[in-house]
Amino acid sequence: MSILVNKDTKVIVQGFTGGEGTFHAEQCMDYGTNIVGGVTPNKGGQEHLGKPVFNTVAEAVDATGATVSMVFVPPAFVADAVMEAADAGIELAVIITEGAPVKDMMYAKMYATKKGMKTIGPNCPGIITAEECKIGIMPGNIFKKGNVGLISKSGTLTYEGANQVCTEGFGISTAVGIGGDPIIGLSYLQLLPMFEADPETEAIVMIGEIGGDLEIQAAKYIKENITKPVVAFIAGQTAPKGKRMGHAGAIVSGSAGTAKEKMEALEAAGVKVVVSPAEIGKAVKEVLSK
Amino acid sequence: MNVHEYQAKQIFAEYGVPTPKGKVAHSVEEAVENAKELGGPIWVVKAQIHAGGRGLGGGVKLAKSLDEVKELAEEILGMTLVTHQTGPEGKLVQKIYIEDGADIQDEYYLGIVLDRAKEMPVIMASTEGGMEIEKVAEETPEKIVKVAVDPTIGFQGFHGRELVFGLGITDKQEQRKFIDFASKLFKIYMDKDVELIEINPLIRTSSGDFIALDGKMGFDDSALYRHPEIEAMRDISEEDPDEREASEYGLSYISLDGEIGCMVNGAGLAMGTMDTINYVGGTPANFLDVGGKANAETVAKGFEIILRNPKVKSIFVNIFGGIVRCDRIANGILEATKLVDVHVPVVVRLDGTNAAEAAEILKNANIDNVIPATDLLDGAKKAVAAAKGEL
Repeated sequence: MSILVNKDTKVIVQGFTGGEGTFHAEQCMDYGTNIVGGVTPNKGGQEHLGKPVFNTVAEAVDATGATVSMVFVPPAFVADAVMEAADAGIELAVIITEGAPVKDMMYAKMYATKKGMKTIGPNCPGIITAEECKIGIMPGNIFKKGNVGLISKSGTLTYEGANQVCTEGFGISTAVGIGGDPIIGLSYLQLLPMFEADPETEAIVMIGEIGGDLEIQAAKYIKENITKPVVAFIAGQTAPKGKRMGHAGAIVSGSAGTAKEKMEALEAAGVKVVVSPAEIGKAVKEVLSK
Repeated sequence: MNVHEYQAKQIFAEYGVPTPKGKVAHSVEEAVENAKELGGPIWVVKAQIHAGGRGLGGGVKLAKSLDEVKELAEEILGMTLVTHQTGPEGKLVQKIYIEDGADIQDEYYLGIVLDRAKEMPVIMASTEGGMEIEKVAEETPEKIVKVAVDPTIGFQGFHGRELVFGLGITDKQEQRKFIDFASKLFKIYMDKDVELIEINPLIRTSSGDFIALDGKMGFDDSALYRHPEIEAMRDISEEDPDEREASEYGLSYISLDGEIGCMVNGAGLAMGTMDTINYVGGTPANFLDVGGKANAETVAKGFEIILRNPKVKSIFVNIFGGIVRCDRIANGILEATKLVDVHVPVVVRLDGTNAAEAAEILKNANIDNVIPATDLLDGAKKAVAAAKGEL
């Protein structure tokens, strides 16, 4: 078991024939992901990486039965691509592209929600169910199969956390990089219940950062609904106010969105909060050996 | 990207949002000329810097004669203005705005930002104009009216009515004017990919007109490609030169107060590295995300920028190689040390793909001030020790 994706998930790639799309689609296929085709307008009918290319997502879905799309199109075209996927009946769009305008994502997410399509990202490493299905740009080799679910706003902290969990002798069920933009798709609130319901997952690692209040909402939810142990790290305890720390959404505005308030809220919800990401592995070991 | 007050007011004027008449000046002579053109009898001389709190800092003053305009222009142009938003070092005033004095009856606050929880813009208004809105939010939150606007329907009459009734504006003429004002402001927010728009204060004159006395705007950097007219307003003198140079090389750099330089891939890990340095008793000198394409050139540029800061006593390079292979990064670091004179100890932690090969490369290179580390915690401890001269 796992959440959202597994070895049978049929995946198409939007922006299939571009540089990034090609490179990462190939890596995903090597990992075992069931990529059934891709979409690049005006290249329909061609073959790429041994898979069919379609002009539109609707055609691709018709021909392949794909339910998930991995989106690699350039920032200016992300909203269009996401809305096209939603319109074609895709169930989950994983948006890797960085730098999509916030306004575009606002409209795209509203339309996706209306059509019942889930989204992950943008500006994220994607989702991986260890040793089954990788839809994204993470290094697959560090994710060993196991019983820890991971949700993270940061790409490299996902790798750092997963690596520590595996080094401690545990493994990952599914890891989701949700991205650090102001408007993102699936977040803690939607993913926590999925991990709670997943019989394979026994503990959850949650990596957040400064800005916004998703972690505070998550803390409330965990307190009331999650029975599995949760380990959390919030990046940016030493970040200055009013400065955007790399991610578009990672900014403390006024006194809102600080690491301190998020850590306190999570602690109050019974979460094992670590002050350095270097402690994630050990903390997972601790909660799992209780 | 932020713009100056006078630039925000140019945008307001294009959309018919009422502002006082005014002109920007770069010299005392120009300031007096502008004042003559505006005609008086009262002028306001306003420092143009990208920071709030200018009035309290002495950067906004009233003049009742052309002589006073001259005196104030002399005083404010070239001054280093310190406000609660500039930090103690302040900001040099290079431009001033000369504006008609206004007849102020009441002061309001009006702002639009993205409500991240609702995932749509929210208009915020308050009768407590002239005050810091964060303070109002903290002390008297009931005095802030918030109206979220679904962009798929846009600004409707009911949004406007919620605002005016919330603010207690009862005169029908005034209600109409305020709603018109807010609706135009919302249009600007959507049209220009605005991240934040704030008018504080928005005034009501004795004749019942609403006028934007101030204007603050920030724009979504990711959308600037479709707004050349906004990009043209960029004032690079307002940006940190190191941060700007770093961004030209695809690096994201922010300078801090500490002693340990950081070079990391990924924004989250970069923050996590700063936090870990702090956790083991050190102080980070900067945030630096080299991004996913770290190579010899970007690493060298990173070293160069970090080392400009004289406080830096050691550097911690913390890379988790994903798609980027660690052996390549190790070679990049070695090349970079040849390109830049790295005169402080450099602790290097490379983990992930091909980490073992990378360790071998660094070991064989045998460079005196390059200290390998096995993991994040080990690296942070070594960087702190190195900064204290204990390694």
